[in-house]
Amino acid sequence: MNLIPNTPRITPELVAEHGLKPDEYQRFIALIGREPSLTELGIVSAMWNEHCSYKSSKVWLRTLPTTGPRVIQGPGENAGVVDIGDGLAAVFKMESHNHPSFIEPYQGAATGVGGILRDVFTMGARPIAALNALRFGNCHHPRTRHLLAGVVAGIGGYGNSFGVPTVGGSVGFHSRYNGNILVNAMAVGLARTDEIFYAAASGVGRAIVYLGSKTGRDGIHGATMASAEFGADAEEKRPTVQVGDPFAEKLLLEACLEIMKAGCVVSIQDMGAAGLTSSAVEMGAKGGLGIELDLDAVPCRETGMTAYEMMLSESQERMLMVLAPGKEAEAEAIFRKWGLDFAIIGHTTDTLRFVVKHKGLVEADLPIKDLGDQAPEYYRPHTDPQPRPVIAAKDVPDTVSLADALEQLVMSPDLCSKRWIWEQYDHLILGNTVQKPGGDAAVIRVEDGPKALALTTDVTPRYCEADPFEGGKQAVAEAWRNLTAVGATPIAVTDNLNFGNPERPEIMGQFVGCVKGIGAACEALDFPVVSGNVSLYNETNGKAILPTPTIGGVGLIEDLAKSMTLAFKAAGEAIYVVGKTEGWLGASAYLFTVCDREEGAPPPVDLVAEKRNGDFVRSLIHQELVTAVHDVSDGGLLVALAEMAMAGNMGASLDRPHGIPAHAFWFGEDQARYVIVAAHGQGPELVRRAEAAGVPLMKIGKTGGDRLALPGERSIFVETLRDRNETWLPIYMGASA
Amino acid sequence: MKARVIVTLKSAVLDPQGKAIEGALRSLGVAGVQSVRQGKVFDVELAGNDKAAAEGVLKEACDKLLANTIIETYRVEFAE
Amino acid sequence: MKSALVVFPGTNRERDAERALTLVAGAKVTKVWHSETELPSQTDLVVLAGGFSYGDYLRCGAIAARANVMAAVQAHAKRGGLVLGICNGFQILCEAGMLPGVLVRNAKLRFVCREVRLRVERADTPFTRAYRKGEVLRIPVAHGEGNYTADEETIREIESEGRVAFRYARPDGEIDETDGPNGAINGIAGIYSETHNVLGMMPHPENYIEPAIGPTDGRGLFESLSSAFKAA
Repeated sequence: MNLIPNTPRITPELVAEHGLKPDEYQRFIALIGREPSLTELGIVSAMWNEHCSYKSSKVWLRTLPTTGPRVIQGPGENAGVVDIGDGLAAVFKMESHNHPSFIEPYQGAATGVGGILRDVFTMGARPIAALNALRFGNCHHPRTRHLLAGVVAGIGGYGNSFGVPTVGGSVGFHSRYNGNILVNAMAVGLARTDEIFYAAASGVGRAIVYLGSKTGRDGIHGATMASAEFGADAEEKRPTVQVGDPFAEKLLLEACLEIMKAGCVVSIQDMGAAGLTSSAVEMGAKGGLGIELDLDAVPCRETGMTAYEMMLSESQERMLMVLAPGKEAEAEAIFRKWGLDFAIIGHTTDTLRFVVKHKGLVEADLPIKDLGDQAPEYYRPHTDPQPRPVIAAKDVPDTVSLADALEQLVMSPDLCSKRWIWEQYDHLILGNTVQKPGGDAAVIRVEDGPKALALTTDVTPRYCEADPFEGGKQAVAEAWRNLTAVGATPIAVTDNLNFGNPERPEIMGQFVGCVKGIGAACEALDFPVVSGNVSLYNETNGKAILPTPTIGGVGLIEDLAKSMTLAFKAAGEAIYVVGKTEGWLGASAYLFTVCDREEGAPPPVDLVAEKRNGDFVRSLIHQELVTAVHDVSDGGLLVALAEMAMAGNMGASLDRPHGIPAHAFWFGEDQARYVIVAAHGQGPELVRRAEAAGVPLMKIGKTGGDRLALPGERSIFVETLRDRNETWLPIYMGASA
Repeated sequence: MKARVIVTLKSAVLDPQGKAIEGALRSLGVAGVQSVRQGKVFDVELAGNDKAAAEGVLKEACDKLLANTIIETYRVEFAE
Repeated sequence: MKSALVVFPGTNRERDAERALTLVAGAKVTKVWHSETELPSQTDLVVLAGGFSYGDYLRCGAIAARANVMAAVQAHAKRGGLVLGICNGFQILCEAGMLPGVLVRNAKLRFVCREVRLRVERADTPFTRAYRKGEVLRIPVAHGEGNYTADEETIREIESEGRVAFRYARPDGEIDETDGPNGAINGIAGIYSETHNVLGMMPHPENYIEPAIGPTDGRGLFESLSSAFKAA
């Protein structure tokens, strides 16, 4: 075998084009003791970039709580795995596809969904639900409509065809996302706890098998692009967009599950970012083995592909596997039945080297550990943001009537109904959707029940911007609350941390603050992080997105019959608010939407109160003492009540607050709160229990009628509210309702 | 003046539709087909008779709407 | 009742259909792969489930309609056997020429997943005996290409022959074409073959069968099928 070819020469420009910093390149040269080949440069640039190596974030991610009695697999694998009893496990992860979706929204979002589904079924789990968290620019920005329409169609196009229900998510708008939208996709699967598959290879001399679609020149350097800041030349980066094929992915799912069941698989890794390179390196590095690949055997869609191109291609719907000895023929037969490509392209070795051969030449020969789990990591400088002043309620003018303010809020881009979006997603397929989009959390039955999973995605970026630490805590607390509100016990988290350029100390400061907040909340709420993804460099021309650490929460419901919804059910029932209401208007939706002000400290999150109040609410649900429950978040109490009224098609008459200015009482965003409705005659029992548990509980009205009757104010028909709430988005998108 | 605009995926871009159709032809026993790539055809009527101007109009139409130039390419044929 | 559930590459609602067939109709379900040339012996009912067969990449249902197994399905229907095509199954039956007309893109050009109201047009077929004529059902749809259309003569024919199975309706049972989910002509949501033994429909009765999940108006269709074979 010939030596590594060394053309073209590696120039400083070429190194820079690959996104490697001069010191990183020096580190690489020192590691291999010679100048690298172009293929090697491509491999190292893919493995050491932010997207694959987490080099800026790793030291902080390590501080997160990742273990617990239910955790079977924490971060570091394709997805997290959590025990849900009866020999079953929930397998889930969230991942971003921000940059590709900005460039080509349909395909970017579609391949984002494809990637996360693959992460889940790679572990041996059948996907049972998909969710997402989307952030777009200001609704008046000229590209927002186009991006929104494309992303939604792409998510639906992929998920609907693949056959997974898309059951929940969150959507928000802000001018800080004008140049960098966020598309975070989450998938949840179900597996048997004793049939989980991992990436780590084991055994020397085992065949490495390539499965799925053929390799083309798709997305070459997509992973590198995903970590590069956008400049005016974003247009130039276009040819790297990948096209998704949900049909091929559906076949890949069925084929993978079938060969896993047949006992053919030792280890498996999907080819996501940095394709063949990162999947092969991770298999070897995690398993403590070397990998040797022969690229002549790789199924190619195009002719004349070079080793460099094959190693960096991001063609979709592909997998790498190590097969059990003697199972090659059986595995191949299954793949052929599903019409998928299957080729043995290498084997494991005991050398800890990553060797790539092509047309009789060694194109790469690198130490595998240094590419994978021993890649560089940085402790980047970070500065804490200036704390913002607390805004007192009396300093917020209440010139708008409560009714007008409520109407403005329910028809604001952030709080309006997202029906126009989720009706484009098949949220019913598989027949297990107990609570569809629009509630606090989606509820999906597990197999034939009575168990179910509750699922949600949450974050309040304006809080994170105002105070990263409190914002990070709040994102976790809100996810935990949403799961609690449907009667679930929150069990674990996946996170998707979206930030700007970490080389700027103020951005790194946001990141560090949010991670610390997430860690504190997860610790206090017994809510470990089991998987996640970091997306940095979300900025254009030096302007970063709002810090957006999306939290995907998973909760367990032991008995579906004891789950809860937010809709008012019957007239004449007493409505209470759980948790202390002080009227916090700083950084609130009211301040933003009604007063057009983005300022002030966000509401502090008291994690002890969160836990106590949430556990209290959950116990009321399980003992069937309440008929409706809703978490209080954006827009405060009155928006929460409006949502309950719209869902139940029933009004309520509300009591006058004492001691707090009315607008702050109704629209303040104090945390750790829920609105609950007592089952008929159970009011006194609720009060007794709240006192015993030390939980603040206040009666604020009773259900009934066709309008929300506010004390000393015009009342609003539920029908009017619904009309305001439901029509903003369809009208904005230029469609008739 | 009449023109036909043909929009196809760029040759390096994966064409899942073409691939599925190709497979179906094979399973139907249609022999000799090596590969299929699919696209769209637009028959466009243009005002005036200036071919150069028409080409400009169609280029604009394609770049702005008919083709997604990130993944698609197009060509224009004029009726004789 | 013995039912054969046909699975094409890309079919994805076969589990939903299987659950409804076993749970409500008490049927014995055998899955039949697209490349088979025969149905299991003594099959009473053939079901073509929803999904995106072959990605629906040429036209929806087009490639599946030409798969091996379809000749056997045609023969089964010719013998008078029952065939139920739901969603993609309906599209396949149309492409295969077993039902007239075609399903084109939704009028609003978007995929739509939501609950609709369906009016039962007749309650005297093996698919609908458990319903009442004129009854209004709550059933979900989930499709991008469910806009039923055909030439005028065909429409006249199926209307005059009483071959419309279900129409999209308002809660009071009135037909409101502008309010339908997809713009289908005359609000047509499902049609029968000439001899009423083949039914194609866009909505998904199989997703509305269990009280633990939601409304149960879809049960009637599977109960009808079950009693059709108990009686026989």
